[in-house]
Amino acid sequence: MEVQVAEPFLELRTGPGRGYPVTQVVERGATVAIVMRRIDWFQVRADSGAKGWVHRRDMAKTLEGTGEFLPLPDPSLIDFTNHDWEFGLEVGDFGGANAISAYGGYSLNESLAAELHLSHILGDQTNQYIADIGLVHSIIMPDVRLVRRFTPFVSIGTGVLRLEPKARFAQQLGSRTDQLAYVGAGFKFYLTRQFFARAEYRWHVVFTNRDDNQEVEEWKAGFAFFF
Amino acid sequence: MESRIRIFLLAASALCALASLPARAADADQPPATGEAEEPNQPPVIEPEVERRKVKIPKIDRENFEVGVYGGVVNVEDFNANPSYGVRLAYHISEDFFTEAMLGQTTVSRNAAERFFNFDLARGERQFTYYDLSFGYNIMPGEVFIGRKRAYNSALYVAAGVGSTRFAGDDQFTVVLGVGYRMLVSDWLALHLDVRDHAYRSTLLGLPKVAHNVEANIGMTVFF
Repeated sequence: MEVQVAEPFLELRTGPGRGYPVTQVVERGATVAIVMRRIDWFQVRADSGAKGWVHRRDMAKTLEGTGEFLPLPDPSLIDFTNHDWEFGLEVGDFGGANAISAYGGYSLNESLAAELHLSHILGDQTNQYIADIGLVHSIIMPDVRLVRRFTPFVSIGTGVLRLEPKARFAQQLGSRTDQLAYVGAGFKFYLTRQFFARAEYRWHVVFTNRDDNQEVEEWKAGFAFFF
Repeated sequence: MESRIRIFLLAASALCALASLPARAADADQPPATGEAEEPNQPPVIEPEVERRKVKIPKIDRENFEVGVYGGVVNVEDFNANPSYGVRLAYHISEDFFTEAMLGQTTVSRNAAERFFNFDLARGERQFTYYDLSFGYNIMPGEVFIGRKRAYNSALYVAAGVGSTRFAGDDQFTVVLGVGYRMLVSDWLALHLDVRDHAYRSTLLGLPKVAHNVEANIGMTVFF
């Protein structure tokens, strides 16, 4: 893909970063070929054969074949409430034990999404693994400066919990697999591009085969991205 | 009790799904704009002949992921140091930050601790396996010069994260801190030098303590 330089000149740096020196310039009217893109930096090749890196901000001022500015529609706040997929990692506390979880979600419509969470719960006496699926209902906030970066949500779902005692407690506890269900609430906060922070609380009921069901509270927070 | 809670949860999820429907239905029922409704048969005075330009998003090869393998040495506290190897996947968020997942392992060989404390780790217990998820920050991006004619892009980075380590048959919640150096040999191939501390609470030898397991490795990754 080739673009034409429209500004007086286009600066080519030796690396994809703000600190790398400018060693080449391409003048207005000349064309450069785009080789690849790394985050906000484009590697281009000039007609002379010289290669260099150009920032996104400068690439947006070059012209494509039709004579229009090169369209570079990157994800923004608008896509935050309107995307198909999201993936993230969260860390927190599950009934006093450390929890690490990864999740993926698919938006069914603007406010409803289906999610799959996989968690590893590391306690003093046991290790637990949870796989759960659930529905997340996001509450779309009014389009006001800081408020629209927030998306509160409520969630509900079900899953399975596999419990394995640590070696020292193997004889007392024994391993088991139980079904669980949860309700929860949390929020997402848009950071930049396709990235956001996420925090949530969940109240779990584990359907054990003992006399009483077990109730577990979970808090977790993390980082996610959408596309 | 159990079935009552299940019914409650099912009902709540159905309500949740229904709650999101009316908003969409309302969008569809919106009346047409008033201007058009008043004069339905009048042709417009000027027929605009603007050809809508379709914005075609150019396909540009994006290379924000990095995947590779590494090998080195990990010192398992109270036991001994052994060769380790693993795989890493990184996603570059900006020119400063990246996230990284690592999966690695070593096998602890017969050592002095076992002889001194008179016990034997079983075959499976000798495996020291870990995964971790961390955030990295490129603190010192730059270039290195090898000879008179070669310059390579490089960065010194720090990383911190959490994960899980399985040793002696048990999983432990692990905090990972590290520092590394990345040198790009070509536009897509990078060499890494890494030092990481995998720290977790251990009671393996009786007294509870924090075990620091330091790993040094070299690796190779490709950008894609």
